[in-house]
Amino acid sequence: MSRPSEFSRRKFLKTSTGLVIAFTVAPARGVRALQAAGAAKPLPPPDAFLRIGEDDMVTVLLAHSEMGQGVWTTLPMMVAEELECDWGRIRVETAPAAPVYAHTGFGVQMTGGSSSTYSELDRYRQVGAIAREMLVAAAAARWKVPASDCRAEAGFVLSGNRRASFGSLAKAAQARTPPAAVKLKDRKDWKILGKPTRRLDAPEKVTGAAQFGIDVQMPGMKTALVARAPVFGGKVKTFRSEKAKAVPGVTAVVAVPSGIAVVADHFWAAKIGRDVLEIDWDPGAGGSLDSAAMWKDYLALAGKDGMKAAAAGNVEAALASAKTKVEAEYEFPFLAHAAMEPLNCAVRIGPDSCDIWTGTQFQTGDQAAAAKITGLKPEQVKIHTTFLGGGFGRRANPANDFVAEAVHVAKAAGVPVKVVWTREDDMRGGYYRPMCAHRLSVGLGDDGKPAAWRQQIVGQSIMDGTPFAMMIKEGVDETSVEGAADSPYLAATPHHFVGLHSPKSAVPVLWWRSVGNTHTAFVMETMIDALAAAAGQDPIAYRRALLGRSPRHLGALDLAVAKAGAAPPPGQFRGVAVHHCFGSYVAQVADVSVEKGRIRVHRVVAAIDCGICINPAGVAAQVESAVVYGLSAALYGEITLKEGRVQQSNFHDYPILRMNEMPRVEVHIVESGEKSGGVGEPGTPPIAPAVANAVFAATGKRLRRLPLRIA
Amino acid sequence: MKLNVNGKTRNVEAPPDMPLLWVLRDLLGLTGTKYGCGMAQCGACTVHVDGEARRSCVLPVSEVAGHAVTTIEGLGAAGLHPVQRAWIQADVVQCGYCQPGQIMAAAALIRIVPKPTDADIDAALSASLCRCGTYQRIREAVHIAAGLTTAGGKA
Repeated sequence: MSRPSEFSRRKFLKTSTGLVIAFTVAPARGVRALQAAGAAKPLPPPDAFLRIGEDDMVTVLLAHSEMGQGVWTTLPMMVAEELECDWGRIRVETAPAAPVYAHTGFGVQMTGGSSSTYSELDRYRQVGAIAREMLVAAAAARWKVPASDCRAEAGFVLSGNRRASFGSLAKAAQARTPPAAVKLKDRKDWKILGKPTRRLDAPEKVTGAAQFGIDVQMPGMKTALVARAPVFGGKVKTFRSEKAKAVPGVTAVVAVPSGIAVVADHFWAAKIGRDVLEIDWDPGAGGSLDSAAMWKDYLALAGKDGMKAAAAGNVEAALASAKTKVEAEYEFPFLAHAAMEPLNCAVRIGPDSCDIWTGTQFQTGDQAAAAKITGLKPEQVKIHTTFLGGGFGRRANPANDFVAEAVHVAKAAGVPVKVVWTREDDMRGGYYRPMCAHRLSVGLGDDGKPAAWRQQIVGQSIMDGTPFAMMIKEGVDETSVEGAADSPYLAATPHHFVGLHSPKSAVPVLWWRSVGNTHTAFVMETMIDALAAAAGQDPIAYRRALLGRSPRHLGALDLAVAKAGAAPPPGQFRGVAVHHCFGSYVAQVADVSVEKGRIRVHRVVAAIDCGICINPAGVAAQVESAVVYGLSAALYGEITLKEGRVQQSNFHDYPILRMNEMPRVEVHIVESGEKSGGVGEPGTPPIAPAVANAVFAATGKRLRRLPLRIA
Repeated sequence: MKLNVNGKTRNVEAPPDMPLLWVLRDLLGLTGTKYGCGMAQCGACTVHVDGEARRSCVLPVSEVAGHAVTTIEGLGAAGLHPVQRAWIQADVVQCGYCQPGQIMAAAALIRIVPKPTDADIDAALSASLCRCGTYQRIREAVHIAAGLTTAGGKA
């Protein structure tokens, strides 16, 4: 393992900020999985993550993509906490694609799994600490005093009545050998971490200056739209491009593996050109896909034992002897991510280079895909990660669909090209949250608690057919069963079985904010509510009795319930849910009314135990965001297929929550002091079951098909 | 044709039915105005035409000739507009993609209704979608902006 002292010879870099601490990026050192606590980890090369300019500006390079979740602020907070710099003099850039920026736990450069903040807590603090020590050492040498007589504060090194700005020390500091070890501050001494901190990307995002992938422009660049198969897996048989080429502004029409690309001077010409393309498609097997038929197949499968995901005791015997049983079937549709920024990717291919500008969550995979298509080496492919106008998992695609396609278009067209997807393209482009069915039989013991729990889950595997397939264990893709197989309710049920069926279809599927928990949390939390009702018990007390060995579930539940307070106003009904995923525990209490068959959510009180909290303002924003995202799916989200065609196309038939439907959301943080967990996703799973449980309280109806509709 | 965009006269060569959105973005390089849906469903493309909020994705460029178009880049005549300042104060943004449209819609609202109620905000801003779900802070920011505006800042 490399140590900081083994860094290759440093060199100065001139940048717009002047002279900087910027060493040659250390060569690929492989990637280390997060090691067990206490194990020695090599220190990160600070040059890859930090520059200090002679103008005193501190530039932090992000190994993760900013997609709204706030890494643009939280990662610099970590650096600043140790560096003791001036918070007002921080600049942020996204890092290029390089092995040194690999995720500390996943081993590839990507943003996902709600992990960016906690997985970087050590690395970015170490970067700040290393740089601070080098600056202090430089000042001590300049003043001929011991380093122990110097301290760093607000962008200066101080000793007695002397002081020098970081910028004035940068050149001398970078000539010094980085420390072999650094001691990070105790949490009690934190001045920045743990404090609510406003976003650093706000100024450029309120002026329109922030650059998203779709905003990329360069001399000679064309814009392309691709006509893709109207059904998944379809292929072009023949096409005629004369009419498209006759459209003013259209410069080329080229065939690529995913369809036919119309290349033009601007979006509008490309769109008009695409509208008049004549293509004869071979739909293939995908042409017969039909949601109603798929439901029939899925529910039939749900009647049989699937691959074992979790099991204990003898579930059949225990079910047979149970006096009270609750049976239920659940249906969850495909869901589109529908980020506000439609997919896009700009590519410029040179003789020995390929530059890619896009908002991606998966730099390593995109780089490899582009290298393969262009015949270049991965290091010759430069990824310029822009801001993402929402990610939610769609821009972390192991199939690299929107990037690979754009590289194909640029290669075929022979000019720099930005491929832009229309909203309709984006909505119908697949990579959906898988459609899923669950079937449960639960028998209650004499104490009313679940004694036997049989659950069959049916849903396409996300990992299958991707480089992540190696993570499928004994036929079970964990992303299909997470949240169920590891549920504390099952752990409290002596006899249980969770089975998984993973049918295949032509519809490409992908992780969608909180992944498997999008459906499993709904099943577990509405089932528990139904079991409480069957046992004649209060739903909150019933949960508490089962969560005795899960103190963090309990802590979140108790805080949310306490903050929600007395019963809701007349006409409103209350539902609760609590769920653990991505290292955090979230409980939500929803106050809901049902009028003329319409569900309205008035207030949501959320409590999150995300362990040690880095930016409470960011946590609150993420939980609010997760509630809205989950509520859009709960009330409206549904992608359906008929004769192979996606029936939805835009926000009029795939609605998302609007301002006038926004409930009051209150977020409370459990001070557990535990290890930091994720925050971007864990707020999503509880909202739909909390609302469904409130609908039961209001109407006596158990809604088990999403989106929630009162028939 | 001649367009008046952010107080400047710009010459563009565009088919008359080309939506203003693409003229702004692809011909004039003003990419702060965003494409979200192309059918006036999401509000990401909101600009001002003679001070009024309009959906530029469905507005043929020929219709704005002779009218004053203001985009997010031109909203703050000198420094940030009070709405933009309020947005920073309330820490509204997340991914940020929809925010230029939200801000333009909010600025048009408080020009007409200097002290908007929550109902006014719902009416004016429900046409602007945010997938990150920043609505609660948008509401707060509009109220802050109304205060900044009436306290002496000029919208």
